[in-house]
Amino acid sequence: MDKTKKKRKRLIFRSAVLVLLLGLVAFAVIGNLSKDNAVVAEGEEAPNFQLKQFGTNGKTMSLEDLEGKGVMLNFWATYCKPCEAEMPYMQKLYPKYKDKGVEIVGVNLDATKMIVNKFIDEYDLTFPNLHDEGGQVMDLYNVGQIPSTYFINEDGVVVEKVVGPLTLEKLDSYLQQIQPKG
Amino acid sequence: MNRIKCECGHVNPEGTVLCEACGKPVEGNQHIDGNEKDKLLNMRYEGSARRSKTYNRNLVDKTWNFFSSVKVGVWLIVITLIASSLGTIFPQEMYIPPGADPATHYEEQYGLAGQIYYQLGFHNLYSSLWYMLLIALIGVSLVICSIDRVVPLHRALKKQKPKRHHTFLKRQRLFSQTEGDVDIEKFISRLKKQRYRVTRQDDSILAEKGRFSRWGPYVNHIGLIIFLLGALLRFIPAMYVDDFVWVREGETVVIPSTHGEYYVKNKNFILETYNEKENERFQAALQQEAAPVPSNYQTNAVIYKRTDPRVVGAEPELEPINEAEIRVNEPAKFNGFALYQSSFQQNEFTKMSFKLHETGNEEKVLGEFTIDLTSPKTEYELDSGARVVIDQYYPEYYLDNGEPRSKSKYPKNPAFVFYVYPPGEEKPEISFAGIGMNIDATGENDYKLNLAGFDTRDVTGLTVKKDYTLPFLGIGGLIFMIGVIQGMYWNHRRIWLQKSKDKVWIAGHTNKNWYGIKRDIEKVIEGTGIEMPEDQQQLKG
Repeated sequence: MDKTKKKRKRLIFRSAVLVLLLGLVAFAVIGNLSKDNAVVAEGEEAPNFQLKQFGTNGKTMSLEDLEGKGVMLNFWATYCKPCEAEMPYMQKLYPKYKDKGVEIVGVNLDATKMIVNKFIDEYDLTFPNLHDEGGQVMDLYNVGQIPSTYFINEDGVVVEKVVGPLTLEKLDSYLQQIQPKG
Repeated sequence: MNRIKCECGHVNPEGTVLCEACGKPVEGNQHIDGNEKDKLLNMRYEGSARRSKTYNRNLVDKTWNFFSSVKVGVWLIVITLIASSLGTIFPQEMYIPPGADPATHYEEQYGLAGQIYYQLGFHNLYSSLWYMLLIALIGVSLVICSIDRVVPLHRALKKQKPKRHHTFLKRQRLFSQTEGDVDIEKFISRLKKQRYRVTRQDDSILAEKGRFSRWGPYVNHIGLIIFLLGALLRFIPAMYVDDFVWVREGETVVIPSTHGEYYVKNKNFILETYNEKENERFQAALQQEAAPVPSNYQTNAVIYKRTDPRVVGAEPELEPINEAEIRVNEPAKFNGFALYQSSFQQNEFTKMSFKLHETGNEEKVLGEFTIDLTSPKTEYELDSGARVVIDQYYPEYYLDNGEPRSKSKYPKNPAFVFYVYPPGEEKPEISFAGIGMNIDATGENDYKLNLAGFDTRDVTGLTVKKDYTLPFLGIGGLIFMIGVIQGMYWNHRRIWLQKSKDKVWIAGHTNKNWYGIKRDIEKVIEGTGIEMPEDQQQLKG
């Protein structure tokens, strides 16, 4: 009787210690893995922000303004060559998807407005481009490399995060994914 | 569970090597500590039953026993050491040049070895999953090994009796047999003088000192575990932040990792150098240096707290909370955060002035204008009626396959394509001008733009730190050291004496410093008639 009791006690003690240690290890591993892509991951809600829009004399736009629409957020800069390469694709698909309730929004990371305005004119960009002058939205979305593109559905959830340049075909298929239903 | 009853009457748990009470070797268990007949006894853990070596019933027990093995622990440490050294062969990812793509960088720099290094993930070793797991497993092994040894050891030391089995005594390293009469009372009083704790049971005596030294390794492990916990807490942003921000003179930027709550303004960055005249003491040393030796890196900063409801990106309302002079080792502190001076860049361009004059005649000036490089205007009207339009602006100009481009948004090497409209003219002349460059594309320009002056500013690099894990690391380290001292500077010494009709046996054991216990014994047996024990290990070896 005494023996089985003792054995049970030992089993409970060992299990408790192992569970505790396993918990700590899991915490460390998850903590470390999520450190690198900390803030906005696929499947998470895209955090709100508010920035000034180019070509509007300082009018601001926020992500909340686009509620109910699919939103493609493209982080770019004029000095970034691959960003420049994908601009025509975005412009090409923009009118088609705008009608279907998808908004393409560029978040520009340049310092000088003049350079960006010239760039927008040169490529005839008609989708809204916002100025993230202090890099705050970039920080919020933890964008490391540009171009980086977030595809957000009508519920405000990030469906896809693409780091690096997009082809026309890929862009088209991602945009289809965030097209509002109904 | 088979308990083992010793002939002295004590019931030992299964796996016991030496009876907890009298020390008699338990038959059938001697292989555990490698005790051979007639040889000295292995006194490791007092011959107590390490449970790990006995039960192996279910998964929990099996896991437990795996980690309880010191062999496993040592292997984990060896593997970790080897892995850690592999990580130093080539630079880690965070140290390769910024902007370099690790996928190609390692191969380009180090060839095939570099590619293998990258593909096996050694370029990011110290935060890789498997490396973390190795460290974690060492932690687990540490905890379980300690629990599994400290409990039986404690029990064995508590239960030991002065009266020991004759084989236990005979097979100690220090042992002697004296025939005839000896002065036991003198022996005891001498022992007490040497600060031994003496217990007596009939004609058996146990003298012991420094037992607490045996807990040293476990105290040490507790310290290590607290240290590891502290390191774990660094994954919680509320406990630990390590970030970095560049701030240009005159600019106010958000401090990263503060959730947009705090901002910092760089009022001025100061770099001072030692002056030979003012610092005569250092004159000789300073003359040996080719470049000026910096004496101070300083940022005069203002820290602001954001007061309006935070929407990231929107213009903030700021309230200054701290005005500070940040120097190396003198951080600015606010709400648990500290800003440290850690880097700088000098002489970034802020303004450039150009003078327009006739080609070949610098006296004929048509006017001057200044461009603010962070927000240039598109058009500048000069006094003479001439107009200069900026067609292109490259903040950090370089030639990319013959095509001008900018490397970044920072005006480190500004260059412009200007359209110059002379007074009254509708057709512009095209000029390309930058630092040390002035190109007339057509070679037919009647007017030339000359750089007339420029302003620069410095950029300060501040490290953002928050660390609430330091107390854990400090206390862990302290306990670790206490454990080391406890185990290193004290010895657990025991002397047994047993008297039978015509013989007296004396045996001695210590966990370290055999010379010390021999001197103790020499002192306590002086004049008692007891024979000095022989070192049986030395005799055989």
